[in-house]
This record gives sequence, C-alpha cells and structure tokens, in this order.
Amino acid sequence: MFELGGIFEAIGKWLNGFLPPVWVTIISAVITGLAVLGFLSLLALFLVWWERKISAHMQQRYGPMRTGWHGVLQTIADGVKLLQKEDLMPKDADRIVYFWAPIICFGAAFMAYLVVPFGKGIIVQDLNIGILYIIAITTFTVVSLLMAGWASNNKWALLGGMRSAAQIISYEVPLSLAIVGAVMLAQTLSMNGIVSAQAGGFWHWYVFREPLGFLVYYIAATAEANRTPFDIPEAEQELVAGFNIEYSGMKFAMFFLAEFVNMFTVSAIAVTLFFGGWQPLFSFLGFIPSWVWFMGKSLVSVFVLMWFRWTYPRIRVDQLMNFAWKFLLPLAFLNIILVGFGIVVFK
Amino acid sequence: MGLAVFYILAAVILVSALFVVTLRNIFHSALMLIVCFFGVAGLYASLNADFLAAVQVLIYVGAVTILIIFAVMVTHQLSGKKIRQYNDQPVPAGLIIISLFLLFVVSLSKTGFEVVKSISSSPTVEGIGKALMTSYVLPFEVVSIVLLVALIGAIVIARKD
Amino acid sequence: MIGNFAYAGIWVLVAIGFVVITFFFARLIRPQRPNPTKSRNYECGEFPLSDSHLQYNVKYYLFALIFVIFDVEVVFLFPWAAVFRALGLFAFIEMLVFLAILIFGLIYAWKKKALQWV
Repeated sequence: MFELGGIFEAIGKWLNGFLPPVWVTIISAVITGLAVLGFLSLLALFLVWWERKISAHMQQRYGPMRTGWHGVLQTIADGVKLLQKEDLMPKDADRIVYFWAPIICFGAAFMAYLVVPFGKGIIVQDLNIGILYIIAITTFTVVSLLMAGWASNNKWALLGGMRSAAQIISYEVPLSLAIVGAVMLAQTLSMNGIVSAQAGGFWHWYVFREPLGFLVYYIAATAEANRTPFDIPEAEQELVAGFNIEYSGMKFAMFFLAEFVNMFTVSAIAVTLFFGGWQPLFSFLGFIPSWVWFMGKSLVSVFVLMWFRWTYPRIRVDQLMNFAWKFLLPLAFLNIILVGFGIVVFK
Repeated sequence: MGLAVFYILAAVILVSALFVVTLRNIFHSALMLIVCFFGVAGLYASLNADFLAAVQVLIYVGAVTILIIFAVMVTHQLSGKKIRQYNDQPVPAGLIIISLFLLFVVSLSKTGFEVVKSISSSPTVEGIGKALMTSYVLPFEVVSIVLLVALIGAIVIARKD
Repeated sequence: MIGNFAYAGIWVLVAIGFVVITFFFARLIRPQRPNPTKSRNYECGEFPLSDSHLQYNVKYYLFALIFVIFDVEVVFLFPWAAVFRALGLFAFIEMLVFLAILIFGLIYAWKKKALQWV
C-alpha cells in the first residue's frame, strides 16, 4: 500500500516485453536518472526556501513572504532570475576548465543517488560496494572546486578552492573511518543490506550501538558538505565568495544546486547508516510507507544541519585543520576499536 | 556490447594518457590524468571488479591527483599559466623510454594470458577481506609498515627544520 | 555483459547532458552584452595587481600526503570490516596491529608538528 517500489519493476517488465535487454538497461537507466534529477531539483527548490525561512525565524525575521503562501514560490522566482542572467567569464579565464567545473560539481552530487535507498525497493541499484561507491564518487567534488578556483584566474577563487580542498580531504579520513564502524556492525557494504541489518525497532539502530561513530560522522559530514561552521570555501567575509566568485547565471546555479543536493546526501547517508534508513520507529508503525520514513528522517537531519549553520560562527582555518586531525581522527580510531571489542565480546 | 564498452573505455584511457604527456599546461595534464584514472576505473567496473573500481576512484582520483594538483600549486614556477612543460635531457630520456618499451613488448608477448569466458558477478569485497585476513596476513601487515615509512619520509622531507 | 555498473556509466552521460542542456536553454534567453569592465577579474573593485596563481604554502602538500596515506589505510579497512564478524578474534588482533602502526604514524606526525596549520 502506497509503496512506490512496484512502479519501477512494472515499467521494467513492460519494457522487457518488446525490447532487447541492452536497450532496456539503457532506457531504464535514463528514466531513473531523469526521475532522480526531477526529484533533486524539486528537493533543492524546497530546501532553499526552507533554509531561508528557518534562518529568518531563528533571527526573528519573516524571510520571503510576498511570492505565494509564506514565500513558497521564492526559489522558483530566483531560478527564473538566474536563468536570465548574463553568463560572464573573466577574459583570461581558462575557458574549458571554467565550463566543466560546474558540470563535474553537480555530476558528483547527482551520481551518489545511484545507491541511496529511498524506501523499501526504491533504490536505483543496490551495488555490492554501495557505501564505498558514494565515498569514491563524491571525491570528484574536490576536483571540481579546484578546477573552478584555478580556471577563474582570480586570487580569491583559487584561495577558496585550495582551502576547501584541504578541508574536505582532511575531514574525509574521519568520515570514512566512522562509516567503517557501521560496516563492521552490518557486515556488508550494500546500502540495502545496512538498512535491513537495523530492522526491528529503533533500539536496533546503529546510532545506539556506536554513538561515537555517529558523532564523528555527523561532524565530518557537515564539513564535507561545506556547511557552517565549516564553510571556509564560501567564507563571504574573507574570501568574498570562495571558489565560485567569478561564476554567474546558470553556472553559479549548478554550484548552488550541488551544495543543497550534497546537504541532502550526507543526511541520507546518516539516516541509512545510523538511523535505520527507511525502517519505521516501531515495527507496528510499518503501515506508514517506507519512503515517508526515509524522507522524514532525512529532512530532520537537514534541519539539524541548517540549525548548525544559523547557530555557530565559522571556525578559523587552522582551528578547522586541528579539529580534523587532532580530535576527530583519534576519536574515529577509538570508535573502530570500541566497536571491534564490542563485536568480539558480545558477538 | 561488452566489447564496445571496452573499446570506448580503452580509447578514453589512451587519448587522455596521450594528453597528459603532450598538453603544454601542467594543470590540464593533471586533469587529463583524472580522466585517464576514471577510464581505468570504468574498465574495472565493466569486469565486475567493483571494489577495485571504487578504490581506483577513491585513491587515484580523490587522493593522488589532488596531491599532484597541490604540488603544482605549491611550486612557484609551475603554477603560472604561461610556464610550459619541458625536458632538458631528451636523449637519455628517449633511450630509457625505448628500452622500457622493448622490455614491455617482449614480456607481454611472452606472457600467456588466460582468457576467461564469462565474468563472475559475485561480490568481491568479502573475498578480498577473507584473503587479506587469512592467506595474506603478512603482506597486509607489511602494508601498514610501508604506509608508516611513507608518512615519516614525507614529514622528514617536507619539514626542513 | 557490461555488469552492474552500466547504470553508473549511463548516469554520467545523463548528468552531463542535463547540465549542458540547461546551459543551452539559458543561453537562448539570457542577454549577452560583454564589455571589458564586466569581463575583468573581480578584486573588490580594484584593478587586479599580480598574477592570480600565487605560490601556496607547502603545508597544503604535506596535508595532502598525510591524507593519501590514511586514505589508503581506510581502503584496507573496508574489506576487513565486511568479513570481520565471521573471522572473529584473530582478525580483530590483526587489525589492531595494523591500526597501531598507523596510529604511531599519526602520533609521530603530531609530535613533529606536521599537523600544525600555519
């Protein structure tokens, strides 16, 4: 009832009826790709509006109010505006690299959704290496930031790109180590496998098995998504706008879109690894569709990320590096050792 | 179909590798190296070596090329756009390359490659993990020593004080 | 056949296609009136002074190197984590030795102040 998983299977069966398997693979990959693109675009529209409203209310303002009910149409208006903006490029910019940087940035954010389990049976492809695939493919974000910074031929852009690359690679180590903790518990790298290993009520969720791992993951993920207090890449006051300073129009919009998509990605991974994915809170609540649980949990996590942003001041770059290497990394090692002891002792 | 994918990936790898050594701008060379590594990862993926493909992207694209780009950025003369790649010793370099090439040709032509009819689609991660923990324990522990040596070496060289 | 990653390969093309088509539509409706002032590098309103590709501190390189080493280590942890429970105590001790050697490296880097930014 209300489970969406069956729809995709039905489409696949219908296509298999009259097409050779190669074409079925290609067509279904394109269809799922477009479906995820549509979902992500709508999601980003909502998240941008939501963040503006949340920040406004936290600062005792109203935020956008004029376009539609409480300004819900504001992001659409902004999108239309960006679409009409002139696309400027510095005259001595590196044209090809400048053009490809936003494509790679958005592409890296989008590719992660190949293995995100949105609900029971709603996963585009449940790869065996699931979580490792996400870690691997999202490293292209770093490449795109460096490309954008370098191609703009601007001191601030390059400085922003370099700093953010240094930040992201520093936080990637504790992030991956925290994920190893969840893999140890689930004994699989597949996203669906990790979700099903946490079935049967909220006390089976891994956040209660390894709270330390969750803490390390969540802090590192905030930094990976370039959110305040780790938003050195943007740092409006010191770097003007960071790596995307010279970008305008649709190219800027792609970086912006990728940022919000990444925020949802890290939330979705947090939910999948530590909060039981699409599993309900109690098993008797199973009548609520699984994708509702997944979206609900993920949006709560997104809200917490937004809450961070509008509560904490930005951390200085040296504090940021110290925090990653001298605090989070030892904690992540400790977490792995503790989880290992726990498994060996309690089986 | 599998063969077509192989030829496309092979073309991507070869062309990007050619660009790596011929492009006149060292940052572009580094980016082409990323394309090359990604092509190799695609090749692994097309053979269902899924763990290897992910590692290829994670280590080579995500770490090694970032390292190379950082090296370009910290080097004063190379970071400018107008500085070109050059080689002061074309003759010795050419000799070494030609002899290496001949060595490869000889060794490749003498190796009997076993052709596998079908690619197994079983998950590889568990197999690798079991092998590392049972048959290859010693190499596995040696890896950590190699990493430690690399770490200490890097710190000693980079910090002159 | 092309295996499990056919979707990933096609998705790369879908992602590129989506962004390029968006750029193309934007090109159709956006104005295009370039002038020399607009296409100058932004440097807070001043004329750009020197080459923008400055020389960066060697710190960046050192951190990237340490990162590469720990990234390789993480890659070895994943297959271990996937089979750890089945293999039990022996595998755990092996991994403790592996981790201990690398944690020693981390402490060494810490003491040598290689993890010190600035």
